[in-house]
Amino acid sequence: MTIFQPINEFLSGLLGPGMASLVLTTLAYAAIPLVFILGYALIAILGEMKISAWVQDRLGPMRTGPKGMLQPIADILKLLQKEDTTPLASDKWMYRLAPWMVFLASYAAFAALPFSAAYVGARLNTGIFYFISIGSLVVVSILMAGWGSNSKYSMLGAMRSVAQIISYEIPVALAILTVVVVAGSMDLQTITNLQAGGVQNWFLFGGPKTLAGFGGTTNLVLIPVMLVAFAVYFIGSLAETNRVPFDVPEAESELVAGYHTEYSGMKFALFFLAEYASMFAVGAIASVLFLGGWQSPFGGATGPLAGFGWFVLKGLSFVFVQIWIRWTLPRLRVDQVMRICWKVLIPFSLAAVIAASTLTVVFQ
Amino acid sequence: MPEILERRMMSSSTLHASAPLHAPEMVEHGRLRTEEMVLNMGPQHPSTHGVLRLEVVLDGEVVVDVIPHIGYLHRCFEKHTEHLTYPQIIPYVDRMDYIAAMSGEHGYVTAVERMMNIEVPEKVEYIRVLFAELQRIASHLIAIGTYGLDAGAFTPFLYCFRDRETILEMFEKTCGARFLYNYMWVGGLSHDLHPDVLGMCRDFVKKSRETHREINELLTFNHIFVQRTAGIGVLDPQVAVNAGASGPMLRSTGVEWDIRKNDPYSIYDRFDFEVAVGSSKLATLGDAFNRHWVRMLEWEQSLNIIEQILEQYPVHDTTDVQSAIPKRIKPPVGEIYSRTETPRGELGYYIVSKGDVKPWRVKVRSPAFSNLSILPIISRGYLVADLVVILGSIDIVLGEVDR
Amino acid sequence: MTQHEIVGQLHAAFGERLGAWREMTGGSSYQRRMGSHLEIADPSSIRDLAFYLRDDPSLDFNNLMLLSSLDNADGTLSIVYHVESTRLGHQIALKATFSAEDASVPSVTSVWAHANWHEREAWDMMGIHFEGHPDLRRMLLDEDYPGHPLRKDFKEPDFYHGMKVPY
Repeated sequence: MTIFQPINEFLSGLLGPGMASLVLTTLAYAAIPLVFILGYALIAILGEMKISAWVQDRLGPMRTGPKGMLQPIADILKLLQKEDTTPLASDKWMYRLAPWMVFLASYAAFAALPFSAAYVGARLNTGIFYFISIGSLVVVSILMAGWGSNSKYSMLGAMRSVAQIISYEIPVALAILTVVVVAGSMDLQTITNLQAGGVQNWFLFGGPKTLAGFGGTTNLVLIPVMLVAFAVYFIGSLAETNRVPFDVPEAESELVAGYHTEYSGMKFALFFLAEYASMFAVGAIASVLFLGGWQSPFGGATGPLAGFGWFVLKGLSFVFVQIWIRWTLPRLRVDQVMRICWKVLIPFSLAAVIAASTLTVVFQ
Repeated sequence: MPEILERRMMSSSTLHASAPLHAPEMVEHGRLRTEEMVLNMGPQHPSTHGVLRLEVVLDGEVVVDVIPHIGYLHRCFEKHTEHLTYPQIIPYVDRMDYIAAMSGEHGYVTAVERMMNIEVPEKVEYIRVLFAELQRIASHLIAIGTYGLDAGAFTPFLYCFRDRETILEMFEKTCGARFLYNYMWVGGLSHDLHPDVLGMCRDFVKKSRETHREINELLTFNHIFVQRTAGIGVLDPQVAVNAGASGPMLRSTGVEWDIRKNDPYSIYDRFDFEVAVGSSKLATLGDAFNRHWVRMLEWEQSLNIIEQILEQYPVHDTTDVQSAIPKRIKPPVGEIYSRTETPRGELGYYIVSKGDVKPWRVKVRSPAFSNLSILPIISRGYLVADLVVILGSIDIVLGEVDR
Repeated sequence: MTQHEIVGQLHAAFGERLGAWREMTGGSSYQRRMGSHLEIADPSSIRDLAFYLRDDPSLDFNNLMLLSSLDNADGTLSIVYHVESTRLGHQIALKATFSAEDASVPSVTSVWAHANWHEREAWDMMGIHFEGHPDLRRMLLDEDYPGHPLRKDFKEPDFYHGMKVPY
């Protein structure tokens, strides 16, 4: 606490000793995800470049640092130096506020993520509910960006984005509900703890043997239900983060760059950062709900640090799959995106919820 | 009303110059009043394939009308030709269809040779057809790759460019240029075929068939890609002929029309190849998918032609490729309309000679120009995202559209 | 049909309104086929002629290959139609010549949609007005560009919008 000592003293004088340490702890707790996001973003940007290069039979960046490892840093420096333009006819306040709001929403989602047994930004008993609702804040900020830019491309992109994210929240929430019903809790840490003891206890494979009947094998019935819920969640999360094949809001071939067409420099970087942050966040939630969160797949107790490692590894593998898909598939059309949501994902997720609830009610 | 809303109203009312600037009634006849939006696509836009500007009238996301504005790359080719001698025009021809410069040159020198009644050595003809077909593959590779880009698939584009590189390497070895060659001259060629090229060609044919299969798997039969392209931008065969469509655009409608077969030039009558036409088994005849499909088939057919050239090529023929070039290139008084099949369609030259070393008038029938003029007909009623795909399926080169 | 038969049929149908058949002599066989042309004596009958060419079953000229304009540098302009039947496989060229002063001919856009942009280009470059064209704007040059550059007497302006033209 030596670094914090002078700050602590200053704050104690200002707010009283109890408040000061509370403020400090809060700040320290809040700083961890931020540092994590920034560090992760560097790796993810490099990963995106290198993975796309690997998929496309080329080398990717090779000049900046050994094997181009420093390319993300060079990119960030470039973005920092760029002129921060504001279109003349834009709605200045909305335009300036939007990138911060987008980033805020993605960053706030990290508060609920249980990184390990020892660390979760804010342990809420409605953690997953908080995650869903804070995700909706992105919609508002994207609409602000689209409207504030006063550009037709931005506006079209923002409208598509809003329509898409709101629609896809339904199947995603229903898929999450499937797990919540079986787990009987909305607390992410509790859900993670339930899945202790190795792969067979992960919710993807039926979860812990909580259901009675048939000699404790009833949970195996849940496997197909959970697989459907997992697939729906994963597809829906691609749409929620505007990733290929659902990237119609920023479809570069028709809408230039969608809602962030007019942004440059650091404001653009914030959109970028927010996208990468939410890519990890949805992956992390998927791993918490279906793949045991920070629990080791080999069973046994998982220490805080090892837990953190497993958590990040699982989250990053989702990011990898998202990147892989992006460089393989073409983009859907906006009406097809909607059709998939309403005609395929929602019926399947509804069926999953009903099946999981029935099984839980009957056998618990 | 906030200032921003007012400005929006102003910008959307520029269509009707006399429209009032204050906000119109929001409810009309008991329904929410809606307005058409004019979206300006280009000349700087990622998917207009150059400096094309499309004025798109939108109702929501539905395209009500498209008005193409061209001329941003106009370099007065036709005016230039009046001040240049016939051989001097060839580099300008390169710069029209810069994606398929060899095919453009082939068309031009064929026209002038027909005016002067020059017999070209057999070896030269073989090299010309070989290079024209390689160029056709290179051009189709770009068309297929960028079409994937328009649909959002990034990776096939790079596979296409990787293969195209091999073709450009062959051209570079032979004539020193990768893109704008000035290789085919009236009556001959600038350089003899580089000795390595035939071997490279053999390897290339093998590798290219592999890539063809790969692109088919990755793009053509990708479910999302088929969903995006099938059934949109449907062109009727009657309309296609009437509106001057040619090349893959015409053949995708099921019309079997290829200048190489229907009005043979050079030595195309010696090769056995099929005219690729669209198929109604895969998608609607004349839609965006079929235009892509015809290009895929033509790619295969070009490989077949190249294989036959490799078999028939007179390896031991030591004729000088410049032996038939006349001392003075001065066509007699008269005129001609000469046409050849480029990757984009029927490239025609109408040349009027007054017996001078310079042509009196050269008018180009550029296939991209004629094909682009059909865009408004086939894109009304589809979505903006479809418009991009339809435009991509036409495969325009703005250098040729604007000349 | 051979070109002579086509010309015979057209002369029978249009009589005085058509002029002489200018046949290329010498040159390659291709040029004799694609370089000969039939003159149209009365340019105002172009659209009737075009409809006849397209709709007569024995002619069936469904494809307008190219519409070109031409300055003859003797105070007259020409317009050349290269038409072809994709079904019957015959081609013919028709040429109408008229005074360069207020040059105006009927548009054939309603006959062959392909003529649309080519007529706009001819108006842009050669200053030929097409009566009945649905949308006769300049094709390649700016709306306010002075003059029609492909005319032989065209002088490049020294200034364009107050800017010096460099070459």
